[in-house]
Amino acid sequence: MNEKRINLLVDLARVGIIISITLALVFLIVFLASQEPFVAIYSFFIGPFTSIRRIGNIVEAGAPLMFTALAVIIIFRSGLFSMISEGAFFIGITGAMIAAIAWRLPFPLHPFGAILFGGFCGAVAALIPALLRMKWSVSEVVTSIMLNYVIQFLSIYLVNYHFREISSSSLASLLLEPTAKLPVIFPGTRIHVGILIALAACIVLYLFLYRTALGYSIRVVGDNQTFARYSGINAAKTMLFAQIIAGFIAGIGGASELLGMYTRFKWTSSPGYGWTGIVVALLAKRNPLLVPIAALFIGYMNVGADIMARSSDVSREVVDIIQGVMMLLIAAEALLGGFRQRLIVSAAKLEDSLKSPEIKLKQEKGV
Amino acid sequence: MPAIFSYIFSVDFFFMWIRVATPIILVALGAVVCERSGVVNLGLEGTMLIAALFGVLGSYFGKGLLPGFLLGIASALVVSLLFAFFHLVLKANNVLCGTAINTLAAGLTVFVLQMVTGEKGTSASIKSYSYPEVNIPILKDIPILGEILSGHNLLTYLAIVLLFVVMFLLFKTPLGLRIRAVGENPHAAESVGIPVVRIRFIAISICGALAGLGGMYLSMAYLPIFARDMTAGRGFISLAACAMGRANPIGVFVSALVFAFFDGLSNILQVLRIPAEFVQMMPYAATILGLTIYSIHRAHSLQRKHS
Repeated sequence: MNEKRINLLVDLARVGIIISITLALVFLIVFLASQEPFVAIYSFFIGPFTSIRRIGNIVEAGAPLMFTALAVIIIFRSGLFSMISEGAFFIGITGAMIAAIAWRLPFPLHPFGAILFGGFCGAVAALIPALLRMKWSVSEVVTSIMLNYVIQFLSIYLVNYHFREISSSSLASLLLEPTAKLPVIFPGTRIHVGILIALAACIVLYLFLYRTALGYSIRVVGDNQTFARYSGINAAKTMLFAQIIAGFIAGIGGASELLGMYTRFKWTSSPGYGWTGIVVALLAKRNPLLVPIAALFIGYMNVGADIMARSSDVSREVVDIIQGVMMLLIAAEALLGGFRQRLIVSAAKLEDSLKSPEIKLKQEKGV
Repeated sequence: MPAIFSYIFSVDFFFMWIRVATPIILVALGAVVCERSGVVNLGLEGTMLIAALFGVLGSYFGKGLLPGFLLGIASALVVSLLFAFFHLVLKANNVLCGTAINTLAAGLTVFVLQMVTGEKGTSASIKSYSYPEVNIPILKDIPILGEILSGHNLLTYLAIVLLFVVMFLLFKTPLGLRIRAVGENPHAAESVGIPVVRIRFIAISICGALAGLGGMYLSMAYLPIFARDMTAGRGFISLAACAMGRANPIGVFVSALVFAFFDGLSNILQVLRIPAEFVQMMPYAATILGLTIYSIHRAHSLQRKHS
């Protein structure tokens, strides 16, 4: 067994353990909390598949997560721990809202422009903590989280003071121009063009990370800054560029969420897709091509939790608990590390004993 | 503009400044202990939130303040040990680990709140206890000063006491020496037989207890009820205060006061005609600004040292 196969085996075992612990946790919580646990369990696991509309909901829930997970992947891969994907997503929504209300453009141009503008806003937001980090080594973790709050209030201010629907008693923006909306692809659901953009982004980002020089530099800088410096890569520039791309992706995510799913801006607080995106990114093993699967899985759990909350006495926050636990377990790098070590050692021993004595002798002499 | 100054230089403002500073001081002191042992505890936000809820629930079920205090501290310790176990033993990255704890806490608190009270927003429907307010005997009779410094919550005075306790712990006790040694250079510490992981476990637990007090202050002193997500970034602001104070208790105390100033300011500015969103934004923007100014200053002084 070579190392690659051992790694695959251990990874599979890890996924198995993580999923079993998660499932056990769901059962435990539901049986502890619910008067009618079987109804709750059924609606959580089976509920999302009981109608076309609900299956559509899974995809709709997965789409924004794909964008934020991609942003998280690029940021983490470049070696920074900026949490800006949450804020970049939200400012992307706001940017797209401004474009969709204020601009007058014909159909395909309007959403296209609005999404680009949302992406631009996201990129600017992501640049701030990164610049502070590059220039004066301000901790990007704290500044990005603080900036998320600032963005949240800034967005709500913009809606409240400049784009507010006066006749509505709750906070809501004016109606978005119909020309700016992203069309639905599958009738009977709300799956919109945004999902295609998300899938395309996954592929483009994979190619970017693994097939371009800049993508390669980002990975090198993230893995080993010293090595990057010695091989002549400008680490600071590369990191900044990674943040811009990440912010841009999160921003177009926010924009296409707004234009695909809503007719008005109605958020009163940041929706949290950036945080959930971290779980998705970790679940996808920081590989853009695995992001759609991971995002659909988390989307499925969220839809299941919603259905469960509606049809039983268990609240939907179960899903946050589960996501937290999953994040802990996936982040635990040493989980099964001993197992991997033993496998590698025994494989090496086996290989060693299979070699002919002559070669062994040569190796020992160092020839 | 002069209106603002008359607000700021009022007795009420100074009193409120101390009120809003208390949780940040408590939690930032915890962060100091952690940071000194070489661990940045990014799960403070979640730890506070959990303690804020379980303190309230403890006092509700136990029908008294003491059960609330005990359950609050115990819950904060459990969360901290969870963080410590995953970070130190299972080698999870502290940012991810902390984020996971915060996600978990946000969900768990609302879930438990709904189970107990049937509501998802606040714990207003159950009767919980608050920490008492204390009048300091002689101090309270001094004009202005007495009005500002006396009559605060028990936890506020406890925070001041704990400031000195933490200083004493870090700089005058064998445990403090070990914590600092582990933080300064874990390999060197290990080579002279200091159990690095165990010391960090202890430091994270101390930090957890302090974060627990900070969390309980929010739901059992600052407000008499628990509200979902009521920590509102204070755990991170405390971390920023810890960084700005260079993990030195007195410096951190001052930084906490600086950040709290803007929190307090945002409270009084609500009466002026400024959009509420900008007022609410202020503590967070101030934290970014404060950290940046501090870092520029540090970069400059480093440069001077080298040249």
